Amino acid sequence: MTSRVRRLFGRHEMVLLGVTVLLSIVIGALNPAFYSLQNAFDLLKTSVPLGILTIGLLVVLISGGIDISFPAIAVAGMYITCTLAIDVRSLDHLPALLAISTAIGLALGLFNAVLIHFFRLPALIVTLGTASVIRGALLEFVGTRTITNLPPSIIAFSRTNLFEATLANGASAALTVSILFFAGVAIAVALALRYTVIGRGAYAVGADLAAAERVGFNVRRIHLFVYGLMGALAGLVGIIHASIIRNANPLDLDGLELTVIAAAVIGGASITGGRGTVTGALLGVALMVIMDGSLVLVGLPSQWHQVFIGLVVLVSTSITALRTRSARAGEIAR
Amino acid sequence: MTPRSSDRPFLSLTAIGKSFGGVRALDDVSLDVSAGEIHCLAGENGSGKSTLIKVIAGVHRPDRGSIAIAGQPVASLTPISAVRQGVQVIYQDLSLFPNLTVAENLAINSLVEHRRTLVRWRDVRRTAEHALERLRVSIDLDRLVGDLPIAEKQLVAIARALLQDARLIVLDEPTTALTGVEVDALFALVRDLQQRGVAILFVTHKMREMLQAADRFTVLRNGRVVESGPAAEFDEARLTHAMTGRAIGETRFDGRVDASAPPRLRIRDLTGPILRGVTFDVRPGEIVGLTGLLGAGQGELAARVAGLETSGTGEIAVDGAPLPACTVRAAARAGIGYVPEDRLREGLFLDRSIADNANASSLRALTTGLRLLSTRRMRSQADRWIHDLGVKAPSIDAPVRQLSGGNQQRVVLARVLATRPKVLVLNGPTVGVDVGAKEEIHATIRQLAAGGLAVLIVSDDLPELVQSCSRVLVFRHGRVTAELGAAALTGDALQEQLSAAH
Repeated sequence: MTSRVRRLFGRHEMVLLGVTVLLSIVIGALNPAFYSLQNAFDLLKTSVPLGILTIGLLVVLISGGIDISFPAIAVAGMYITCTLAIDVRSLDHLPALLAISTAIGLALGLFNAVLIHFFRLPALIVTLGTASVIRGALLEFVGTRTITNLPPSIIAFSRTNLFEATLANGASAALTVSILFFAGVAIAVALALRYTVIGRGAYAVGADLAAAERVGFNVRRIHLFVYGLMGALAGLVGIIHASIIRNANPLDLDGLELTVIAAAVIGGASITGGRGTVTGALLGVALMVIMDGSLVLVGLPSQWHQVFIGLVVLVSTSITALRTRSARAGEIAR
Repeated sequence: MTPRSSDRPFLSLTAIGKSFGGVRALDDVSLDVSAGEIHCLAGENGSGKSTLIKVIAGVHRPDRGSIAIAGQPVASLTPISAVRQGVQVIYQDLSLFPNLTVAENLAINSLVEHRRTLVRWRDVRRTAEHALERLRVSIDLDRLVGDLPIAEKQLVAIARALLQDARLIVLDEPTTALTGVEVDALFALVRDLQQRGVAILFVTHKMREMLQAADRFTVLRNGRVVESGPAAEFDEARLTHAMTGRAIGETRFDGRVDASAPPRLRIRDLTGPILRGVTFDVRPGEIVGLTGLLGAGQGELAARVAGLETSGTGEIAVDGAPLPACTVRAAARAGIGYVPEDRLREGLFLDRSIADNANASSLRALTTGLRLLSTRRMRSQADRWIHDLGVKAPSIDAPVRQLSGGNQQRVVLARVLATRPKVLVLNGPTVGVDVGAKEEIHATIRQLAAGGLAVLIVSDDLPELVQSCSRVLVFRHGRVTAELGAAALTGDALQEQLSAAH
């Protein structure tokens, strides 16, 4: 049992948990509103899109890759699906819309995988390119206008709550149903990473591509899996995002990739591949969301958010780099 | 050693030929390895050893010749069919996954091979336990392979090979990163495998190990088999001659050291993560060897002197002047030159030219009045060192990647020497260098010392230490536990000190 706990919460995860709890205490002391049920539910709601994307990116990072096209893919899924649903009213059912957007994301993710695998191109450049193509094509061929009259099924989705409570002060707090998607994705990916050969293959490929090929892993399948999953999850997030902000803007989500990378990296995923856990990623998401939400609560202007995210990425990657360097210095000293 | 060779060889290569773009890598090579035999494939770098290994592994398809496994001719060998027929090649990099546990590394092949979708961790564990039991070794199955010492990593790689029902295990330079004691343990294991009827093809260029381990030898030179026969027919001289094509005499350090001269390098009470109060002097013209088991402190000492390891206390002084700081810059300014062990990873810009590599550390001295680099002076300096150190290359513009190990090492040496150092620290100066080139590098080092340099050599190559050093310090748990010099410095005496240090 203790070993299972240790597996779930490695040393990094324990530190992260400590930092998150500490931060919550400090913020709660500065602004007691932080402890309200309403705030908790709001934070959970904000964490859904970020969380699902972070889990998708986690798998990409584990396999030694990177993807920065997922915000573009999410927007494409969202905008194309909404445009379609407005034109073709018969499509306006939530499962259908979710499926369409996810399928669009999956296709775009697989396209990334094909470029990365078959042409052996660096993933950063490929996804930088596809992101630009996707955003440009969306504006040129689909539309530039922000859709404010969303399909009714998406509106209905945004109003569906898992749990509602009326508070003593008369305000109401509600927990969005989309949290179930987040939980489902997290559990499914955690199980896939631990209990499927393709999941273990992602770790193997991320550590040593040549050795993984030598062992006999089907690297092509692994690449299609990780980038395909990232794309599909981005497509899913597109619809959830639209339901949260109640519109579909083709220019939306720009710059989100850095927040997601920050959450994954702070959660212990290595940008050089081979390392990372879902537990860590979830804690990374929690920390990012609490930090973001609390800046407003403690009265700091929101531009600080950007500064913090940048710092988080720089500091966490520096720590990883220092750790590998000291490990290597140990090797030299031997 | 009791070889239990059966009459019929397990692997039989006949008249194998392989060319790459008109260059003959292998020419008419025949080789038989029998079950229960330890067969040593010897040869310098570039002799065709690696090509032959890849032919055996099914990576390269030979242009001519035939392969038979267990008496059956094999029409075309692929990496997968080689493994299926019991051929396992353990490359130098071991192909392990540092981020996965020992258990998973052991079981990963069977996971992939059985085309399973799901991982049953209980099976993984059972497979792994079984694998280690067969080797009669115990390693914590839950540890990450990346945290294991190299010798244990190797055990994991061998255990994994056995799990694949290996009947022939090819070990490619397996002892490169091991110390004497670990090498002995590896040999004991290899003999145990031999007893169980596994055929072993041991690929190395370390003389002492070959003679210690092998039942049979096959020596390659320039892609051809030059000698082949039972181990009893070979000795060091004959092997060296076969590998290099020329005789090499055993030389010893013969330089004179003026004992009254003030020390060039003064080390006082150096203490750090491993080191515990190490003190000694090196005089001009002296070559001092540092050895010990892995992690005994000799490597850390070299790293401290070179300014790479910055934590710890104590004093390092060059010509009486203490270093102001523990940094690479301070060490370089004081005249300490460092040649790293892993020249490929730490020492060279592989895709840049010989000239660029040789000049990289002394660019400041090659500038014109306007502080711009002088192409003419860069070329003339590179030319001079390349000539003085005898680097064999088509031109100084050739990329370093194309050079042999020995010549690459000379380029690193040239770069360090171009900074006109007073103290030279060499970490494993001939690791991965061929026998012939080794001898030449040793001669160069002796010549440099004779010019007044103080030289430190970190090495676990005992013949190298005996031949090149004026004295050798043996490290144990961060302290110097023995000092051997002059007549007391023999291979046996060193071996004894190292075993005692265990």
